[in-house]
Amino acid sequence: MPATAATAATALPADPMVPVPYRITRVARELSDTFTVDLVPARGKAPFRFAPGQFNMLYVYGVGEVPISISGDPADGARVRHTIRAVGTVTDALRRLKKGAMVGLRGPFGTPWPLDLTEGCDVLIIGGGVGLAPLRPAIYEVLNNRDRYGKVCLFYGARTPDDILFRGELEKWRGRFDMFVDVTVDRATGRWAGPVGVVTQLIRRGGFDAYHACALVCGPEVMMRFAVPTLNEIGVANDRIFVSMERNMKCAVGFCGHCQFGGAFVCKDGPVFRYDTISKLFNVREL
Amino acid sequence: MSAKQKSESAARVVPADGLDALIRALARAGYTTIGPRVEDGAVTYRPVGSAADLPLDMVDEQGGGTYRLRASKGAGYFAHVVGPHSWKRYLYPPRQLMWRASRARSGFAVEAPEPAADKLAFIGVRACELRAMEIQDRVFDNGQFTDPGYRARRAAALVVAVNCGRAGDTCFCVSAGGGPRVEDGYDILLTEFPGKDHTFLVQAGSARGARVVKALRGGRDAGEADLRAAQRRTDAAAKAMGRELAGDAPQVLRENLEHPHWQRVAERCLNCANCTMVCPTCFCSTVEDVTALDGSHAERWRTWDSCFTTDFSYIHGGAIRRGGAARYRQWITHKLASWHEQFGTSGCTGCGRCITWCPVGIDITEEVRALAARGGRK
Ligand SMILES: Cc1cc2nc3c(=O)[nH]c(=O)nc-3n(C[C@H](O)[C@H](O)[C@H](O)COP(=O)(O)OP(=O)(O)OC[C@H]3O[C@@H](n4cnc5c(N)ncnc54)[C@H](O)[C@@H]3O)c2cc1C
Ligand code: SF4
Ligand code: SF4
Ligand code: FES
Repeated sequence: MPATAATAATALPADPMVPVPYRITRVARELSDTFTVDLVPARGKAPFRFAPGQFNMLYVYGVGEVPISISGDPADGARVRHTIRAVGTVTDALRRLKKGAMVGLRGPFGTPWPLDLTEGCDVLIIGGGVGLAPLRPAIYEVLNNRDRYGKVCLFYGARTPDDILFRGELEKWRGRFDMFVDVTVDRATGRWAGPVGVVTQLIRRGGFDAYHACALVCGPEVMMRFAVPTLNEIGVANDRIFVSMERNMKCAVGFCGHCQFGGAFVCKDGPVFRYDTISKLFNVREL
Repeated sequence: MSAKQKSESAARVVPADGLDALIRALARAGYTTIGPRVEDGAVTYRPVGSAADLPLDMVDEQGGGTYRLRASKGAGYFAHVVGPHSWKRYLYPPRQLMWRASRARSGFAVEAPEPAADKLAFIGVRACELRAMEIQDRVFDNGQFTDPGYRARRAAALVVAVNCGRAGDTCFCVSAGGGPRVEDGYDILLTEFPGKDHTFLVQAGSARGARVVKALRGGRDAGEADLRAAQRRTDAAAKAMGRELAGDAPQVLRENLEHPHWQRVAERCLNCANCTMVCPTCFCSTVEDVTALDGSHAERWRTWDSCFTTDFSYIHGGAIRRGGAARYRQWITHKLASWHEQFGTSGCTGCGRCITWCPVGIDITEEVRALAARGGRK
């Protein structure tokens, strides 16, 4: 009907800066400083749709708001899952929240891991520390559609054996015949018998076809700085490497300017970038 | 006759007191009229009730780090150019409430204020300032997200533009593509002809502008000669422009990100953020979360921010842009280079404010030239 179309066109869009209340239905401790929360809308049951690699802005009443990647299964629209490392004001406040508490949520925002582009390729998933959280939805998606991909390799690095995130799942994935999983630590403690050293060492050992591989990389910027040249050396070109960037974010919608990285807004042009599009900027100091 | 032609035909030449009539007519039509006024020795944009509030016969002397107003008999109402204020403060206020939350049973409820769009009439908007508005329009409606508050305020604002008849000492709008002639985007356009026979050419650029112009009494319909005289005014201003922005500024900046000259600018730059505050296109903001003492209410405010603060780029572990050199590089490369990638336009209109209001007189046009000369294009 023309009348409704006109009304719809002139109606003000919902303010993308206003959070929607969500309720915590589950809190799980992952590591000494890292935990996972499940959220459902406080009102209504509309399924939450997102693509692996996207993030939400989570608001703690009266404290503040921070960007946190979605760490759950994209096939599960019933709950929104986040895995968070408590490092400061807002993330500490998030850690103190219990089941039943409310948070504000805006999202999902940002560019996803390019899982349609990687179809048919060998998929290298390279994570460091809590950087495994934004990669987990990609792992789920790949495993949910396993026949669409070639070899699937997960290379993960943590500081110490006690910092290995999603340990149970890593074991489970390692047990699969159709996935290769390798984990390293910077510093061995306790009974760790696995590799020690940076995650880039693992990449060199993986049995995959580098010329037909795509790499998804997420972790501290220094780790990515080392991972990229290693990938290049073994034959993975820059246009087949995808990295997730981290920058200060106050709005997630391109208005606040805080997340700028050269000509890109990490919040809306990223956080996932094809590496060749940012390679010139990536090694410029303090950009 | 088309609507466009009809509004264009609403062009009149009125005696100087027609300006007062115009301001009063806008007020009667329900607009809060905002215009240039002298405040603490500078021209700022504040509510004006009549033409008497405007800085008649005042001109500004500007330079790197200096600003001074002086009387100049017969100069007219708009002989000054831009001061420390820009219209940004009305379309994108320095401090805005984004939403309120209140504690409710087992949680909280969020309530966003309706975007208030007071009817504001901006009197004396320069070509570079119209350009700045068009630039910010793209920022706050970026193809993916829209800021409803900005959009409502912008749609409600009525623009009375003015052609510049004089170039300010720090202006470089010709090379930046921002002026000095107003071409588009106005409701009403004024060209002032000061002197003994003090008159204004008043042109309408929209239907709502035409309604106001047609109601002006006195004077006469404008003819070809009046339009040509207006053109001569802006031509003279363009010719008098003393500064120039290099045409290849985007390339020079993109290709010299690691140039030693950044360190030399950093040695002079005080990191005071003045340039970003006075710039009519800078849009960065931060948020403040405030809570009532008893925790019953929380509010989120959005305030202007600047890439010159260290906190701006803070992430866990420290700021990304720790040094002044990196922060100055961010500001100028954003303005002149990254802006093109982000919004398909430069972020600089050539208004010169950042030069005038820089306490140490750092000049954006000079820095581009220094980078090009020293490093060359590698
Ligand atoms: C796209 C994206 C996805 C992220 N995903 C996750 C995730 O899945 N899990 C997780 O644990 N962390 C994630 N982070 C990092 C997380 O946002 C920061 O740890 C968090 O902002 C720290 O805030 P704080 O108030 O606890 O710390 P404080 O040190 O008190 O920080 C003060 C303020 O600085 C800013 N800030 C500080 N560190 C960061 C940072 N690393 N990134 C961006 N802004 C920062 C925030 O505005 C914060 O409120 C992500 C960051 C980004 C940009
Ligand atoms: S950068 Fe300077 S000259 Fe350019 S628009 Fe901003 S304040 Fe004006
Ligand atoms: S990053 Fe700096 S130069 Fe760019 S809009 Fe923000 S404050 Fe202005
Ligand atoms: S987070 Fe505000 S612009 Fe990207």
